Amino acid sequence: MKSLLLGNEAAARGLFEAGCRLVSSYPGTPSTEITEEAAKFPEIICEWAPNEKVALETAFGASLAGGRAACCMKHVGLNVAADPLFTISYTGVNGGLVIFVADDPAMHSSQNEQDSRHYAVSAKLPMVEPSDSSEAKAFVKQAFEMSEAYDTPVLVRMCTRIAHAQNTVELSERIGVPVRAYEKNPQKYIMSPANAKLRHPIVEERLTKLREFAETTGLNRVEWAEKNPENALGIICSGTVYQYVKEVLGDTVNILKLGMVNPLPEKLIRDFSAKSGRVIVIEELDPVLEEYVKALGIPCEGKSLFPMCGEFSQRVIREKLGLPELASPAPFEVPGRPPIMCAGCPHRGLFFVLAKNHYTVIGDIGCYTLGSAKPLNAVDMVLCMGASVSGIHGFNKIRGEETEKKTVAVIGDSTFMHSGMTGLANIAYNGSNSTVIIVDNSITGMTGHQNNPTNGFNLRGEPATKIDLEALCHALGIESVAVCDPYDLKGTEKAIKDALAFNGPAVVISRRPCALLKNVKKAAPLTVDPEKCIGCKSCMRIGCPAISLRDGRPVIDIGQCTGCGVCSGLCALDAIGSTAKGGEA
Amino acid sequence: MKTCNVMIVGVGGQGTLLASRILGRVFLKNGYDVKISEVHGMSQRGGSVVTYVRAGEKVYSPIIEKGEADYILSFEKIEGARYINGLKKDGILVTNTGETDPMTVITGACEYPHDALEKLTAAGVKTDETDALTLAREAGSEKAVNVVLIGRLSRYFEFPEEDWMEALCETVKPAFLEMNQKAFRLGKG
Repeated sequence: MKSLLLGNEAAARGLFEAGCRLVSSYPGTPSTEITEEAAKFPEIICEWAPNEKVALETAFGASLAGGRAACCMKHVGLNVAADPLFTISYTGVNGGLVIFVADDPAMHSSQNEQDSRHYAVSAKLPMVEPSDSSEAKAFVKQAFEMSEAYDTPVLVRMCTRIAHAQNTVELSERIGVPVRAYEKNPQKYIMSPANAKLRHPIVEERLTKLREFAETTGLNRVEWAEKNPENALGIICSGTVYQYVKEVLGDTVNILKLGMVNPLPEKLIRDFSAKSGRVIVIEELDPVLEEYVKALGIPCEGKSLFPMCGEFSQRVIREKLGLPELASPAPFEVPGRPPIMCAGCPHRGLFFVLAKNHYTVIGDIGCYTLGSAKPLNAVDMVLCMGASVSGIHGFNKIRGEETEKKTVAVIGDSTFMHSGMTGLANIAYNGSNSTVIIVDNSITGMTGHQNNPTNGFNLRGEPATKIDLEALCHALGIESVAVCDPYDLKGTEKAIKDALAFNGPAVVISRRPCALLKNVKKAAPLTVDPEKCIGCKSCMRIGCPAISLRDGRPVIDIGQCTGCGVCSGLCALDAIGSTAKGGEA
Repeated sequence: MKTCNVMIVGVGGQGTLLASRILGRVFLKNGYDVKISEVHGMSQRGGSVVTYVRAGEKVYSPIIEKGEADYILSFEKIEGARYINGLKKDGILVTNTGETDPMTVITGACEYPHDALEKLTAAGVKTDETDALTLAREAGSEKAVNVVLIGRLSRYFEFPEEDWMEALCETVKPAFLEMNQKAFRLGKG
């Protein structure tokens, strides 16, 4: 049977067909759907972990117990999981262990453009890289075989254009893979220095064997040009770049398509290069393949022609190889349309209060990063998951009282569970008068609504233990913990001012579920009373997409308005009222 | 079999993903190799979004670049204009006439170019305009703008109507199927 599947859906299908028994992940674009789709198979235990390190260690535990297991994350998630990764390389596995890492060239939804292949090289692990959905499924199955045959975790590198592109995939049945026996083996699984010293040479031997495997595996293949291959351009590439190269050059060039990007096949590359004319390595982001080829003494081009930044396309291939540009209409200048907080977003009221008071805001990763956008411009710094809570502590330690009374950290519920808790323990332990605002919208929002340990539901939507944020903050040593509703601007402002005035660290939980959640009841839309409105534009200051100006007066789009009332709270003339029966307007 | 490239552009939340999935399934039913490319995450939140649907004998790249689109299906008046250089010289912009102010207009930093379609037509771009919101309301939901527009686009293909209906059946929730079928037919006109 053939189906049209996203790369991520195909990867999940691969997990199912390969007999995988457990998937533990933390959501992150563009990797999230692998775990969500895997959860549609009742045969696989699928869980959201609080962060990628926990997820990988859970998957490792499952592998140790003898079951095939997997773990999925975005590129920056692998930074969090790097600690177990490097040492699982030493212990090896029992049941097959496959780790997905999804890179995001062009940063469609990421804070940096790091190239995960470096992790495979430095952790001495095999990495495969599919170039479409059908390979995504097939490579996952091969990755499990490789994992068990070579006693190693295997990395699968996905990229946005593989993860989020759909194409046809042939489906097969799930294979029965029994849980392997578990035997206590301290020398293999206790990585004390004495044992680790014995494991390191095994890792090096494994890498040598994997290099031999790379020479012959079907994961790597050569496609010779239809005519005169001996003089044809030789292109070395992998993943999505292979598709762009084929699109532009078809079978007029020799192509070495690497499905296994670490370790690399020396003999295959030497042979391919010797049998081709000019050799060009085309790869997005860093020159990982190119540097390897050059180190072999093979003359080639790569980053001298192709950029280091951003993603490629058939246009980039054409342009950089000097092929003519395609004709198209002239570009047309239109106003920019950056992403924004949705109408009814609970973050809007909070960031309005922060902007109004000119507080310094140490931000974090999530929808609320958008508090940095115009017209609120409320955020000073965004770095990585959890950095708001740790960052504010260092900031206040340097500037002391000067900033303690007007600086806040803002972090989401899911991000707080991911890596904000440790920062809060640090604030309590090392004594800064820092104020942390946890924006609790009952969901992991930006990645498309995943449940998390604070909302009472697990990945499959079943009831789960709900971690009490207030109790948790108290337990982490914070005496002052207050809760506010960000739709109530006055109450929110008071809660924050009280927290800043408190002599000691404080937490404010700004609590209101995401307006896009299906179970959230929306109030009747609001409307502007033209008799009362004088066009002062106070309501425009919150940057709500449901309010626009027509002939100098605000108009509310009833299709978008959720009736949150943040705008009416700003109207001194009481000109904004509900459209509900009995409403004021 | 000629390769056909369709860019579907709009504002995050308008349902471009669903539209691309419907179109992709219809191509698939008619024996095409299909690739669809989507963008998720941060860029979805009310920002400008683009998805690509490519179909042909054999399709390699999942994306559509400058000068390659046979059609741009735009869910909002100026979004087609934003991506207009994706169109082939003889390509067609099938567009909704509805306007959604971007934040740059809401904050007063920019003016909304209400005459964008007239200007594009004057520049020689073939446009096909539909008031999709009115038709979606007639079908029973403002959210059906995407299916109305897919209906409009379907006029350019010779695929049987039952293929489109089947694709709708496979992609929309059963409770909304009838409304979406109506939206499709209203769009097709």
